[in-house]
This record gives sequence, structure tokens and C-alpha cells, in this order.
Amino acid sequence: MKSYVRIENVQMSFEAKQGTFVALKDINLNINRGEFITLIGHSGCGKSTLLNLIAGLLMPTNGIMLCAGREIAGPGPDRGVVFQNHSLLPWLTCFDNVHLAVERVFGATENRAQLQQRTREALALVHLTHAEHKYPHEISGGMKQRVGIARALSMQPKVLLMDEPFGALDALTRAHLQDELMKIVASTNSTVAMVTHDVDEAVLLSDRIVMMSNGPAAIIGDILAVDLPRPRDRLALAADPRYHRLRGQVLEFLYHRQLRLAA
Amino acid sequence: MTRIGRFFADNLLPPFLGMGMFILIWAMVAQTNESLPSPLKTWDSAVTLFSDPFYKKGPNDQGIGWNILNSLERVGIGFGLAALIGIPLGFMVGRFDFLDKMSAPIVSMLRPVSPLAWLPIGLLVFKAANPAAIWVIFISSIWPMIINTSMGVRQLPQDYLNVARVLNLSEWKIFTKILFPATLPYMLTGIRLAIGTAWLVIVAAEMLTGGVGIGFWVWDEWNNLNVEHIIIAIFVVGIVGLLLETLLVQIAKRFSY
Repeated sequence: MKSYVRIENVQMSFEAKQGTFVALKDINLNINRGEFITLIGHSGCGKSTLLNLIAGLLMPTNGIMLCAGREIAGPGPDRGVVFQNHSLLPWLTCFDNVHLAVERVFGATENRAQLQQRTREALALVHLTHAEHKYPHEISGGMKQRVGIARALSMQPKVLLMDEPFGALDALTRAHLQDELMKIVASTNSTVAMVTHDVDEAVLLSDRIVMMSNGPAAIIGDILAVDLPRPRDRLALAADPRYHRLRGQVLEFLYHRQLRLAA
Repeated sequence: MTRIGRFFADNLLPPFLGMGMFILIWAMVAQTNESLPSPLKTWDSAVTLFSDPFYKKGPNDQGIGWNILNSLERVGIGFGLAALIGIPLGFMVGRFDFLDKMSAPIVSMLRPVSPLAWLPIGLLVFKAANPAAIWVIFISSIWPMIINTSMGVRQLPQDYLNVARVLNLSEWKIFTKILFPATLPYMLTGIRLAIGTAWLVIVAAEMLTGGVGIGFWVWDEWNNLNVEHIIIAIFVVGIVGLLLETLLVQIAKRFSY
């Protein structure tokens, strides 16, 4: 009912040369409609694997995965994905990159003008109207990532999946995009699952932080509810003791309980 | 002034100097060996030759322009057929592992064979010289096209395929919006290599098959002992090859991302 994405007893293993490698074990997670969750953990813990499972790019070895009551049987436009390295097609303009997604989802039911209108609206949402005729190599990394977000949102997905979307950006651009993302999510009421390794990002953006244990056979170690009121302002939060307490809890999990010995 | 002077010194002086030295050495060799015509004599001969490039006096005596155009036509047909077959084949070989493994031994075995070795087969099958020459061009051009196109398909970044999967694109959209544009630079490299080889091979093929064409013309002038014309032909072949290459490099530049 309320839970929009349901993950029940999911296990994911890969066949490797040395035998079966279990990446994820006994994963149970419900994501509610309109909720923003982040998946955090040390690198190699399988957080991207979990996201790819929700995206349908991978199929679980065991367990049940549902999105809006339907089984996830493969990738689909109801789950918009923002990739870490933007993955824009370099031979298409920003407009055409977004249009490709719009056309796929609404092409059967809407005319050309409506499709173009949708594309423009998506680009306007990320403030890139001025760059719509530019090619990806002509714009900055932050702008590329915004086009990636516009492309994912233009499909009006039920869930927005983001795989370390700001990981490759510099700190200032990242902060700027985080603020923009918060506004977009608030205005579109999107359901979001985001992979991150940035503790501040997780606390700032999330309603709940899903903290994963180290792999192999990673499990969900703990889930932390972030009860900070919205809209959140990064400057005000910097002086907020609740923010620091939450941040401390994530750090405690990552560096005390799940200290990566080999790292 | 200094900027223009600098441009000349950096970009025009070296090639002119190189050409000048080349002609100087040629002139010196021609001095000592009287069977080799001097640059000046060759130039005079070239001026006469190119003053009337499109005359026709029977099947074995036509202007240099006709010879070049005939050779280009053969290359164009053989090369075009090779592209028509080789590029789709390259896509299929790149996309399907099974086909790749099927074709790998054949391609690796036949690719190193000199294209001229195929000429007798062409003569046998087509029973005519002209199609046989085109056949040789076809065979020499098809390998780079298959190999480079399939390599481009195989090197398609997983990211793009993930985009295709997440957007749930149709096979046709995947081909036109992702596979084809991503493979295009590789394809153009294949085409460039192919046209280089094709132009290289046409001279030799025409020497053997006869007919109107720059290769046969060289052979004909050798029989007439007109060495000036042979040297002119070498320059003509070189310059046409250079122009073809430059043209394709320009096209490739347009499509690099």
C-alpha cells in the first residue's frame, strides 16, 4: 500500500572464477511514496548493485522485488536512472538526449509539439534552457549531470534512481546541485533512491539513510531516519546540533562498526 | 609582418624545402644516368600531357584524365560494393559472438593474402578483365571494413547500452541513435584504410588486366619507353591518393566526438 518499492529477502550472487560470489544477502527494504532514501557504505559493499537491481539492470538470484505493486522484471521507464558518469550520448544535443527519453515514454500518445514541450519543461526544471542546443562536450560536468537528471525526470518515473550522481563533481558544484535536487524533488514530489559515499550529502538529502555493511554478502546494517524538517538549508544545518548528531551516527556506523580493514 | 613571417617559416618553408631537395636529388641522379629524365624534361612533358587530358584516339590511346577517371570508377565500384557488404557484415560480426567466432578464422586467413592473388579467380568467374579488376578492389577493401566496424561495435561503452536498456529503446532506435553513431568513427577508419589499399592495388591490377586506367597507362608507357610519363603517373597516383585520404580525414573529423 504505502510502500512503493518493496525488496524482500533479496540475494544477489555472481558467478566468478573462484566460485560463487555473494554480493548481497537478505536485503529487506521498503521505500515509501515521496520518500528520499540514500544508500551509503564503503566502496564494494554492493550499494550500486542494489540500485541496479531496483533499476532492473540486474536480476536478483533470490527474493522478490516490486515497484508500485508490480514485479521488477527488467529496466523500464517507470524507474528513471541517473548514472554516475552522466551517460549522455555525445552525438546528440542536450535537447535530443532528453527528447529520446520523452519520445520513448510519451511518443505513442502525444504529438510532436507536446513531446518538444515536455523536453523543454524538463530542461527548464534543471535551468538548462539556454544550453538545449549544445552538445555534451560543450558544457561543464555539472551541467551534464543536470541534463542526466532532466532526462530521468522527463519520463515522469515512479522512482528516481541515482548512482553517485555528484561523485565526479567538485565540492562547490556538488553543493549547488544538491540544493537544486532538493527543490526539484520537493516540487515534483519524487520518490528517490540515491547511492552515495558522502555522509553530508546523505544527511542533507535523505528521509532515511540505508547503511550497508561491508561485502561480500553485504546486508543492510542499519537504517537511520533523518527527522530534520524540510525545506533544509545547508547553512542553517551547519549550526544545528541535530544535524551533527545524525552525521555522527552515520560516521560511527561507517568507521567504527564497519571499518574496512583492507582499505 | 612578423606573424605572417612566422607562419611561413613554420608551415610553408619545411614542405617547400623538402620538395626542393627531392627535386634537386632527382636532378642530380638524372645528370649521371641519362635513361632517367630530368625534372625539367618531365615537367615539359606533363604540361603537354595535361594541356589535353580528355582526348580519345581509340581504346588504347586516351587522355590522362580519362585514365584517372576510369581507375577511380573501378575503385569506386569495388570499394562501394565492399562497403555495402562489409559494413553490415561488420555490424553483425560485432553484435553476435557466434558470428564473430565463425568468421574469425576465415578473416584472419584471407586478410594477409595479396589482393592480386584473387585476380585469376576474378578472371575465371567473370570472364572479363574489368570486373576482375573491380573484384580485386572489392576483396582488398572488404577486410578493413569488416574488422573496423565490428571492433567499433564491440567497443561500444556499456554505459550507452545501459541507457538504451533503462530507456527501453526499440532495436531500431538503439541502432540509429546509439550503435550507428558510436561505431561511425571506427567505420570511417576502416573506410580510410580500405580506400588507401584500394588505390594502391588498382595500379597493379590494371597493369595485369589492361584497359583504360592509370595502371595500364603506366605499363603502356613502359612499353613505349616513355619514362617521363611513368614518372608523371607516379605523381598522379600519389596526389590522387593524398586527396582521397585528406577527404576522408575531413569527413572523419566531422564525426569524432
